[in-house]
Amino acid sequence: MWIDYLVWTVQNLLFPVVVPVVLLTGVILAVWIERRGAGFIQDRVGPNRVTLFGFRNAGLMQPIADALKLLVKEEFIPEKADRFLFFLAPTLSMIPALLTFMVIPFGDVLVLGKYRIPLQVADLNVGLLFIFAISSLGVYGIVLGGWSADNKYSILGGLRSSAQMISYEISMGLAIIGILIVFESVRLNDIVRMQGDLLFGFLPRWGIVVQPLGFLLFFVAALAETNRIPFDLPEAEAEIVAGYHLEYSSFKFSMFFMAEYVNMMVASGFIVSLFLGGWQIPWLPTEALVAHVGPILTAVLQVAAFAVKLWFIMWVFVWVRWTLPRFRYDQLMGLGWRVMLPLALANIFVTSVVPFVLGVY
Amino acid sequence: MLSPYIPVFVGILWAALLAAVLIGVSLLFGPNRPTPEKRSTYECGIDPMIGDARTRFSIKFYVVAVLFLLFDVEVVFMYPWAVLLKRLGLLGLIEMMTFLLVLVVAFVYVWKKGALNWE
Repeated sequence: MWIDYLVWTVQNLLFPVVVPVVLLTGVILAVWIERRGAGFIQDRVGPNRVTLFGFRNAGLMQPIADALKLLVKEEFIPEKADRFLFFLAPTLSMIPALLTFMVIPFGDVLVLGKYRIPLQVADLNVGLLFIFAISSLGVYGIVLGGWSADNKYSILGGLRSSAQMISYEISMGLAIIGILIVFESVRLNDIVRMQGDLLFGFLPRWGIVVQPLGFLLFFVAALAETNRIPFDLPEAEAEIVAGYHLEYSSFKFSMFFMAEYVNMMVASGFIVSLFLGGWQIPWLPTEALVAHVGPILTAVLQVAAFAVKLWFIMWVFVWVRWTLPRFRYDQLMGLGWRVMLPLALANIFVTSVVPFVLGVY
Repeated sequence: MLSPYIPVFVGILWAALLAAVLIGVSLLFGPNRPTPEKRSTYECGIDPMIGDARTRFSIKFYVVAVLFLLFDVEVVFMYPWAVLLKRLGLLGLIEMMTFLLVLVVAFVYVWKKGALNWE
């Protein structure tokens, strides 16, 4: 049957090829939101001059123009740099960023007749572990980028970044153990599906409702993992110029930049899937939607719901960036090890003991 | 044939290809006129490099790395336990709480020893 092959191709070739392209396109939107958002928060207009066919598009063409400009700029490679690592580092920071999104579901399984198409690139039964495994690799790009350039500021940025990322990775890993206890699965689509249930008959059983502290810890750790303000010490332009990508120019700089924004989108998708119900539309389970509007429209609506939540979290990232000042390094490490880690352990303790005390299990 | 890992491998190849193409394209389009000034290390305009950049750095970073290794392994141990907690029942809870207790004692020790200070 040709349709068998079509479904196979869509699942195994089309999705993994299209999703990274969508993510890279999303970077344009993310940069636009960041710069326009900064503009509005600081009571100015933001970029609005670049035109397309005579229309200004509220500056939406600015990120594209910037990318094209960077593409035709000269590339400097410092004399003492390790050339191989210098080229490898941006690649290594971009590939994991694109890969991590693979296991995040952006819709429920689409059932068309006898075909079941999961609306995610790879429906792995170890989805959550896959995300942690791949996203940890991102730190290599940053460390090697800082090391290879042979610049003191770069190395400082790379070291700071690696220490920060591994510190907050522990809090991040501990913060979701509560979610695992509640939802009893590491397959992301299962976790999202179970968030469609209702608590007390009216409250959606989203992760943020059953694990509020876990959500807070995870969100803060996500900010730190993506090197966003108030945790952007790896870049800290006022003290170490630009940190690990200081000696990078042209498109290799752009790749670090894109990797950062893709990482933000991945973190948002992860937060949405674990804590905000993923593709769930509140009070509208998949079965009810399919019965009323058919499977295709259901899929469209769910993907739209996922996108709305994802971009809301992206906006919160931007909002935080233009609201808070940067931490000092000892404050950053203190927060990670002395506040977030004990809180995460306490969260695990409460989440696991309370059901036994109440006699639920 | 329907292994869920096929798209992952396709994705790895595609992401690597994208990254390689992006680097290649910029090498192709960008001008290349290096001068000694351009190729020197950027240190805010002063004559660069008093000494080498790749020297020794603060021992603190090593401590953080070692602590990370320890704690991350603990986290990995806790994942299967968390997923199976309901089925493991009270025994599973008691075992993990004992494990956590040991972890917390070690953590308090590290804290009191001052390994978490960055002054």
